[in-house]
Amino acid sequence: MFRRLWGRLGLRARITGLYAAGGLLLSLAIALSTLTLARQNLVEDREERTFAIMARNAERVWGRLGPDTEIDEVEQIFESLTITDRSSPLVRIGPEWRGARTLEFNQESVPDSLREQVEAGQAAQIRVRLDGEPTIIYGVPLPNLDADYYEAVDTADVESTLNALGIIVMGVAAAATLLSAALGSWASRRALTPLAEVRIAAESLAAGELDTRLDPPADADLASLTASFNGMARSLEDRIERDARFASEVSHELRSPLMTLNASVEVLNNSRNDMPERSQTALDLLTDDVSRFTVLVEDLLEISRYDVGTARLHAEAIDLVEFVRQTVRHSPYSVSVRVPDIDHLVIAGDKRRLAQVVSNLIDNAAKYGAGATEVIVQQAGDRALIAVEDEGPGVPVDERAVIFDRFSRGSAGGRRGQGTGSGLGLALVAEHVGLHGGTIWVEDRADGASGARFVVQIPVGDLDALDDDESEWP
Amino acid sequence: MGTRILTVEDDERIRTAVRLALEDEGWTVEEAESGEDALNAFTAQAADVVLIDIMLPGIDGFDVCRSIRRVSDVPIVMVTARADTHDVVAGLEAGADDYLTKPFAPKELSARIRALLRRSRSADPAAPQMVFGDLEIIPEEGVVRLAGEEVHLTKTEFRLLVELATNPGRVLSREVLLERVWGYGYFGDGRLVDVHVRRLRTKIEPDAANPRYVVTVRGLGYKLQS
Repeated sequence: MFRRLWGRLGLRARITGLYAAGGLLLSLAIALSTLTLARQNLVEDREERTFAIMARNAERVWGRLGPDTEIDEVEQIFESLTITDRSSPLVRIGPEWRGARTLEFNQESVPDSLREQVEAGQAAQIRVRLDGEPTIIYGVPLPNLDADYYEAVDTADVESTLNALGIIVMGVAAAATLLSAALGSWASRRALTPLAEVRIAAESLAAGELDTRLDPPADADLASLTASFNGMARSLEDRIERDARFASEVSHELRSPLMTLNASVEVLNNSRNDMPERSQTALDLLTDDVSRFTVLVEDLLEISRYDVGTARLHAEAIDLVEFVRQTVRHSPYSVSVRVPDIDHLVIAGDKRRLAQVVSNLIDNAAKYGAGATEVIVQQAGDRALIAVEDEGPGVPVDERAVIFDRFSRGSAGGRRGQGTGSGLGLALVAEHVGLHGGTIWVEDRADGASGARFVVQIPVGDLDALDDDESEWP
Repeated sequence: MGTRILTVEDDERIRTAVRLALEDEGWTVEEAESGEDALNAFTAQAADVVLIDIMLPGIDGFDVCRSIRRVSDVPIVMVTARADTHDVVAGLEAGADDYLTKPFAPKELSARIRALLRRSRSADPAAPQMVFGDLEIIPEEGVVRLAGEEVHLTKTEFRLLVELATNPGRVLSREVLLERVWGYGYFGDGRLVDVHVRRLRTKIEPDAANPRYVVTVRGLGYKLQS
């Protein structure tokens, strides 16, 4: 049970707990030994002194007592004794007892065991509680007389000193325990700081910051951890870069054969009318697939630029209203452009990429949304909004995020993800929008009719930062 | 013999396929498989248009471009791997008039060639000569003089200058210039205009860094001021 609870605690809690327990044990040991020693010293010292006084008092009483001394005379003898306000004498002569403060200390106070010992002729002492106070009672037989001398000494002051000391020592022990718990907590945090750095670095790696590395530690003990973490990060980065480069290089290599294919297909198409019908059908299939393949390779190259990290925004001032109108006009589909509130909306954008964004969304609507019904351009504060609406079945809520994944396959409406037929259309759109610092999402049409509404929101951007005189081009 | 096109491409299969497609368009095609080959062929007989792949073994496409440009103002189209690299600007600065990215459709190449071979439209025939300060342009003769000295411009630079000169003081956007000079629509690459303007300035401006004829109008385009 305890073991399971202990195991469930965090490393820091456990180290803190161990430190606290260690501190507690150590300070308790010190406290107890301090108290024991102090008690011994104080009590022995006190006993020695009171015993000496008592012995002198007993001797004095013996010296003044004769065989005929009456019990009443004892009180005079008491006056010559060394009596403090903490001690109290008591004398027995024959059957009679007489004390100085009989209210507090009388024959009833003397325990039988002590009296028997003393009456048997042996000096003795006993610790009792008298009126609730710790008291030592000494008993001394007075030789050659049928008399004994008793003295009670109240040791409450010693006790209270010891109690006060106990409280102080315990307080110090408690403080020491707390201090060591704090020390444990600090030490464990200190010891775990490198781990926290590793955690942050791992999170940043996971977030795609592949060049994340740990700084070499000042502490030699941690050097191997740092070294192996950095080694892991490096090989991860190499691996991912290799994969990205591979896609990029493969699609580069494909460009040459595609060039030959495109040109050859064109030559064949020039004499298509001279071919038999079967050859014409085959040529049409070839032509279609060569152009699809070309688009796929171009999209792959484009998206691998994001993976390799070579995608750069070539921003120029664009009037988005005119731009979207032109893009829609150049698309093979007839779609209306609606611009509700503005005449112009100049933004800093990458023309080539934004054209691909708009045309891919229109293509996507044509393929999976029964055709785009409207493209809307709006301004929302410092952001520009382009919305493409269609009249298809819409996109189910659970597919709205994955639809922008590469080669994603939606359920309703078949394979909506294949915006350009390459399966990369919407993924590229999302990458292009992201490069502009914008966001894209899909929702239901605002007017309640069936259909999807793809919304692109990009910042207007800093137009003053643009250099119109070409020098910003790569 | 019709218009001769020299294609410089090291991949034999591409060269052959492109030649077949261009011949179908009615051009005469001469092939070169390397930069050295191309320069020899061009020296032996100048072509009307040169198509150069930038990625060539040995003398690369940029050098071929520069070497040809030194002796001729023939229209040059270069073929690059990608549109968004420095290659495009470097090629244009080496003297190319236009560019295409691989893989392109030969029909697109034919369209580009036709646009480059188009004669500069004559300005107002009543005004066969346009004068802006020291700058003198005679469209009919294809001649530009700066302070009486003839300035050598490529065909494309000349057409760009004439286009600006026929609308003196008016700002022409990149899109308008792309359409009128290169035959592109709205989506042409604005860098074509920018690099050609830069090249033009080095030839006709007394101080290319502070142009007094072809000036930039921020965010709008270019204009020619007298």
